[in-house]
Amino acid sequence: MTYRQASYDEPLLFDMDSVEACAEGLLPSAKIPDKIRRKSLDIPNLPEREVMKHFVRLSQMNFSVDSGFYPLGSCTMKYNPKINEQIARDCRATCLHPMQDESTVQGALQIMYELEEMLCIIGGVDAVTLQPAAGAHGEFTGLQMVRAYHEDRGEHRKEVIVPDTAHGTNPASAAMVGFDVIELPSKNGRIDCDALRSIVGGNTAALMLTNPNTLGMFEKDVLEVAKIVHDAGALLYYDGANFNAILGRTNPGKMDFDIVHFNLHKTFSTPHGGGGPGAGPVGVRKELEPYLPVPRIMKEDGRYRLSYDHPKSIGKVRAYFGNFGVLLRAYAYIRSNGGDGLCEVSTRAVANSNYLRKRLESVLELPFGGKRMHEFVLSGDKLKEKGIRTLDMAKRMLDYGVHAPTIYFPLIVGEAIMIEPTETESVQTLDGFVSIMESIINEPAETVRTAPHNTSVRRIDEVRAARDLIFNYRSLLDQRQREKGMKDSAGR
Amino acid sequence: MLPPKILEVLGISSSDELFDEIPEAARVKGLDLPCGLAESELTAEIDAILSKNKTMDDMPTFLGGGIYRHFIPALVNEVLSRSEFYTAYTPYQPEASQGMLQALFEYQSFMSELTGMDAVNSSMYDWSTALGEAALMCSRIRHGSRFLIARSVSPERKAVLKTYLRGIDAKVQEVSYDRGSGRLDINDLRSKLGEDVFGVYLENPNYFGVLEEEVDEISSSIGETPFVVGADPLSLAIVRPPSDYGADIVIGEGHHLGTGPNFGGPLLGVFGCRKEHIRKMPGRIIGSTVDAAGRMAFCMTLQTREQHIRRDKATSNICTNEALMAVAANAYLATLGRDKLITIANLNVEKAEELSQRISKIAGFYSPIFKGSHFNEFAIGCPKLVDSVGRALIGHGVHGGIPLKQDFPELGEAMLLAVSELHTEEDLKALVQGLEAIR
Repeated sequence: MTYRQASYDEPLLFDMDSVEACAEGLLPSAKIPDKIRRKSLDIPNLPEREVMKHFVRLSQMNFSVDSGFYPLGSCTMKYNPKINEQIARDCRATCLHPMQDESTVQGALQIMYELEEMLCIIGGVDAVTLQPAAGAHGEFTGLQMVRAYHEDRGEHRKEVIVPDTAHGTNPASAAMVGFDVIELPSKNGRIDCDALRSIVGGNTAALMLTNPNTLGMFEKDVLEVAKIVHDAGALLYYDGANFNAILGRTNPGKMDFDIVHFNLHKTFSTPHGGGGPGAGPVGVRKELEPYLPVPRIMKEDGRYRLSYDHPKSIGKVRAYFGNFGVLLRAYAYIRSNGGDGLCEVSTRAVANSNYLRKRLESVLELPFGGKRMHEFVLSGDKLKEKGIRTLDMAKRMLDYGVHAPTIYFPLIVGEAIMIEPTETESVQTLDGFVSIMESIINEPAETVRTAPHNTSVRRIDEVRAARDLIFNYRSLLDQRQREKGMKDSAGR
Repeated sequence: MLPPKILEVLGISSSDELFDEIPEAARVKGLDLPCGLAESELTAEIDAILSKNKTMDDMPTFLGGGIYRHFIPALVNEVLSRSEFYTAYTPYQPEASQGMLQALFEYQSFMSELTGMDAVNSSMYDWSTALGEAALMCSRIRHGSRFLIARSVSPERKAVLKTYLRGIDAKVQEVSYDRGSGRLDINDLRSKLGEDVFGVYLENPNYFGVLEEEVDEISSSIGETPFVVGADPLSLAIVRPPSDYGADIVIGEGHHLGTGPNFGGPLLGVFGCRKEHIRKMPGRIIGSTVDAAGRMAFCMTLQTREQHIRRDKATSNICTNEALMAVAANAYLATLGRDKLITIANLNVEKAEELSQRISKIAGFYSPIFKGSHFNEFAIGCPKLVDSVGRALIGHGVHGGIPLKQDFPELGEAMLLAVSELHTEEDLKALVQGLEAIR
């Protein structure tokens, strides 16, 4: 093994030598009334040279898609073409104020309008809003529309059904919009239509479904599911987290969904930013269009304008129009690929996933067997015989220079390991990953249990973090002083 | 075409076989989108579209309302260009992601210092959703049916708040402002407080750029009711931290600490709270700890509040946030340091006052409308329809401020103007001359 992540004893910015304050500019302006003038501000003055070194070192202690294989299931960590970055950093995109007069932002509105049109085609929907800032925020938006739709019909349906394999955001979003969450148990990894029939009814507002589901299995009965849901007067919501699997092969509209969110940072290759920003546009079929957030973007006589006059709209889910910088990257990605290119994306994503699944079936168990779409979930249950757990295996993978898959999700698989290779990885990379998993299984348990060894730090004490509750430098200083006090008194 | 090795291992001859579980009736044949573009074609096409925009560089612009353009040190863009940061995801494996985690911990530290809060999370989508989440958090701290907000809060944020409160069927009630000073009307606040109020929200500086000076009186009137304060973090370099006057939750917008206005997104929602409320807080929090060798290390913590563990009982559904923007804010604050930060904040106050005075000398214009102290923004009264003033300014190559008429009809033909340290003497002159021409 040759991988070794950079490891610096990099101090916190606040622990660095602050340059002595200069005489001028230190006090708040006399124009700030005394009653609310700030008395002190404890922020260091650092030389630029030290600051740059600091951030370069931190970046070297951070694993990323550009550093290596990142098969984090459900997150679609594909390579992000660099041209999109270059485009999104253009001042003609970044130096626009959202309240500018429409006549001065025609280009930005055009990008958004055309992106909406392209997402309509990709999703098989009639109208799209780009406002939501992330996938979960898209769910929140879609469910607000579910609520508005039913209320508009004089109905107060209180329940949202989510499968037990659903992303945690689904039930959390439903609860935030004021719905009660009903969990639907799966059968052999898929939706059980009989179970669904038994819980769906006049109080059902919607069913939220990911297809393929979080096990990477296609819900073959999706059309029957749609019928059951619609017959009960409820709506069907598509969680677009796994859209990478179906591009150009099927779409939510064709599967009879009413509302869908897209995760642009997953499917459309806008980088994940270390946790964000993302973008979670929502598409709907015609009957739901009146409820979309405002403003809508309209095109009239070749001019684009923002329209607020939609009395049935749910209002706004965030300020302004959405994460424009992310939307622009997605626009560039879709235009680069074109229709055929996007079809190749899903084909290769599903092929890579199945190739890896096939090769790993002999290493670890694949619950529910069969084919998978863009991702698959292995069970690490048999690792226990070797005295290790899924967590240990995941940590050990980091030592080989690959990011660990998603672990312990979905909850219905014991010791779950959720792997999504994406379309951008070569067969060589996938083969390398198989070898890594095979080696880890044959390593002494102790080596694996105490992993990682080659990352910038060793295994982290997460329990201590939850106990100490230190979220900033001030609390950290307090803790250091307490510990020093204890040491001093012990020494006496 | 798939690599032969994949076809061989899977024992298939065509990629179609991979998709045969999709029912026939649900299949589509490809995507009816334009053909793909080569990199050079794409660049040319997008260049042509972006050229239709007029940027804040092309015309002196005086728009604010929560989105501002400030100086960005070159270092910040260098840091944001590190793909080790921007192509990573949420640091689920902390041992391999110490860089991001430490950067976010430092962001939290800076924001804790500025706001005075014990815990600041590692970002929300923007200020408006931070407000929505803050109101929901208040409802977890205290039962009630009314949420009081100052009338002098951004209309954009009010609209988002309304959407967020629908889920708990709570009402928003406005507290008026004093027409002379522009500050919160404390008597109106006192008359509206009550047992059924589960939170109070005001902004400082408020939407009109006016600083709330009577914060201690406001705070003692509010008493035990959860108190949420919205603030521009830059103003906090020179204005008392809200912790000083009893805030339980502090929120704000932080995008302008290191990134541009981005046509309104991505932004950076700042969210902090007092220690006693930490477990009711939404969003990701980075905590400090040690590794197996006892070295300083960081990881996400208190995840039992979050959706992937708690599902429908989570404090919020938020997952993807605005982490990279928080890294930018960290790099920005680190580069400027205390002295330059205070200097820039002071410059904003002084430039705003200077511009306001110059406009007050133009016949027909009234500036500032409010007599309270201002930070970087102020409202003016116009002698003509505010929309026509805006259009006329654009004709002069200047972009005026936000028209207030629609949201605050009581102010008449009013416009909200924002200034920053980036506005040059020529910019100010261009605005003044543009307004003079309207007279």
